[in-house]
Amino acid sequence: MASPEDLSGRPAPLYEARKGVYPKAVNGPFRRFKWAIMAVTLAIYYATPWIRWDRGPHAPDQAVLVDLANRRFYMFQIEIWPHEFYYVAGLLIMAGIGLFLVTSAVGRAWCGYACPQTVWTDLFQHVDRLVDGDRNAQVRLANGPWTFEKLSKRTVKYLIYLVIAFWTGGAWIMYFADAPTLTAQFWTGQAAPIAYGTVAVLTATTFILGGFMREQVCIYMCPWPRIQTAMMDEKSLLVTYKDWRGEPRGSVKKAQAHPGAIGDCVDCNQCVAVCPTGIDIRTGPQIGCITCALCIDACDGVMAQVGRPRGLVDYCTLDDAASEKAGGAGRPIRKTLLRPRTLIYFGVWSAIGAAMLFSLGQRTRLDLAVQHERSPLYVPLSDGHIRNNYTLKLRNMETRPRRVAVTVSGLPGAAVWTEGGARAGARQAVTLTLAPDSVTRLRLFIAAPGTGPARQDFTIGTRGLDGDPRGDSDIIQFDRPEAGQ
Amino acid sequence: MADLKQRIDEATGTSTVGHEWDGVEELNTPLPRWWLWTFYATIVWGLAYVVLYPAWPMVSSATEGVLGWSSRGDLAKEMAADAKRRAPTVNAIAATALADLPAKPELMQAAVQGGGAAFRVHCVQCHGAGGAGVRNLYPSLTDDDWLWGGDLASIEYTVTHGIRNPDHKATRTSLMPAFGRDGILDARQIGDVVSFVRTISKQERPSAASARGAALFGANCAVCHGAGGEGGRQVGAPKLTDAIWLYGGDRDSLTATVNQPRNGVMPRWGGRLDPVTIKMLSAYVYSLGGGEKGLAPPVGEQGADGQP
Repeated sequence: MASPEDLSGRPAPLYEARKGVYPKAVNGPFRRFKWAIMAVTLAIYYATPWIRWDRGPHAPDQAVLVDLANRRFYMFQIEIWPHEFYYVAGLLIMAGIGLFLVTSAVGRAWCGYACPQTVWTDLFQHVDRLVDGDRNAQVRLANGPWTFEKLSKRTVKYLIYLVIAFWTGGAWIMYFADAPTLTAQFWTGQAAPIAYGTVAVLTATTFILGGFMREQVCIYMCPWPRIQTAMMDEKSLLVTYKDWRGEPRGSVKKAQAHPGAIGDCVDCNQCVAVCPTGIDIRTGPQIGCITCALCIDACDGVMAQVGRPRGLVDYCTLDDAASEKAGGAGRPIRKTLLRPRTLIYFGVWSAIGAAMLFSLGQRTRLDLAVQHERSPLYVPLSDGHIRNNYTLKLRNMETRPRRVAVTVSGLPGAAVWTEGGARAGARQAVTLTLAPDSVTRLRLFIAAPGTGPARQDFTIGTRGLDGDPRGDSDIIQFDRPEAGQ
Repeated sequence: MADLKQRIDEATGTSTVGHEWDGVEELNTPLPRWWLWTFYATIVWGLAYVVLYPAWPMVSSATEGVLGWSSRGDLAKEMAADAKRRAPTVNAIAATALADLPAKPELMQAAVQGGGAAFRVHCVQCHGAGGAGVRNLYPSLTDDDWLWGGDLASIEYTVTHGIRNPDHKATRTSLMPAFGRDGILDARQIGDVVSFVRTISKQERPSAASARGAALFGANCAVCHGAGGEGGRQVGAPKLTDAIWLYGGDRDSLTATVNQPRNGVMPRWGGRLDPVTIKMLSAYVYSLGGGEKGLAPPVGEQGADGQP
């Protein structure tokens, strides 16, 4: 394994400085696609908290709101309570399986197009071009001395970075409170300290991660590229340099001089120049490649200029690469995408989504949770009856007050009353009014004849008395002293 | 380390660091320099932490740190902040007459919560978690049978002055004679009285013994327990006609009680807990399920609101 040549002189450093990446501007279908995705994702991120959604007088009118203080999560007409957090868990599982699906079908498309790190890095690189000029000007400026021009350009650039970063951090907190109110509070110094802290932290991380760390986040910090390598197979799309077509590299002149001996790659280095992570795609698949496909755009442009077919660098699966190398043709894209693995992922993904939608439509908005008090388990009353105490939580998840009944069934001779009520005249039901969008805690006293099984299951239920009788019920236990006690 | 031999590894094209262990060599894949800076930054952070916060363990405690921070101090601060938070509610409870509390549900709720906390500290030792009582020892506070009264005022009085505190004038007190031990009644008479008590509590059918017991009861017991055994709250005499027996309602238990009564005691909390805490404790006990409505009813009345 060892090479005979020993290195002499200074030992190679164990730490190395970042090599600057100055991606060149490029145009093409993938670049335009990235523009579109950037516009859509940034618009969603910045604008969503400002969408209004009327929910009546008892709930906020912000379309998407994570109301941590009141423990509610609003998303358009869906309202999630803390005990329904499994919907969020379901969403996360869908996101996970969705990433499996995307990765197994089209490789690291998430990394290349939609990941916030990619989108913001892309945005900051456009700022670089806007202020410093394109690749060559950027390199010249970076290597040049600190002149007034460089100082002023750097100041302007970092100021723009800072504005974007601040805007990014500022938009984040709008998801957690009423956006117009919070904005007013924020600028008058009346917002919560946590709001200022969050904006400061997110401004700093955006400024550093988007402005300076960039591709190093993908290469050194992010676990996702490592996980993805385990999810891709030989049928996943990769950005591939078709070396069997491109090698050996040589200029057009060289190719004219030696017909047949030179491949299609003219070694113009454009694929390297446009790469936002600064890699050379021609060395094969690598962790640094986020499959943003900008090198495909660059190479296609060059191939068009020299009059050769496009796709020297192109999306290609390992299977297709092998078959093309052997002289065959690649499978059509439809077949690449539609195969058992992607279909199963898609099936599972959509089944979870459908199940969640179904249960969202079916869930009760009047919820009951009953707890049997255990200390004491039962209370013998002076007339020989036995009383059990229960703690009820009645959740009125609608944004209107409700008139409801709490009823007992399956417990003969039972009398039900609440704290503040009285046993005299008690029946098998109590009625009460629930405040809108609230949890009402209720202590329920139930007395029943002392003769009966030591443990008896019965039902406590609740239903609306205001036209919508849908409700909830719980089967719970009534305890009596064991015989002989 | 002198003979480090760095060379380029053929397969990867990467330089080795020069170490070699039985032919195993290490490739030099340089860490990014910012990573090194981050590492130095953590060291600086650690040094600052050691100076600012408690760090070095010494013989009896750790070094204090420049900021003087301690977890105990943190707790004291949090407790003080919470006391401040609770102050308005506690003051409102203090300013409200006990009898008016149930009419203010929010205040009553707060009082019940606060009383529950105090109950769990001072009362559970005897009355048990949730006020369930202990059979043959301490009464249940959750049922609808009260020795000294179950309305708010009576409960507060009992908690404040205790039961049978010989050194306290206002305490609740009474003394059931030891009919058997002191020879007031003989064994046969006690048996007759027990028969009568079991008859009025519907555990036995009337018999010759219970008829004899009725006369004895009238002469010896009715003065406290009432002519029909309905009890007397002024003297804490339990009702004998219901199904609740602190010391047992079977023949043996009743015989033992008549023979030598327990005359249970309870400490007074007047000087030990502040009036607001006692007020909240009363609200809590009242809320356990047996609370009787109305202002302190005349002794012997069985609750104002139809509660048995």
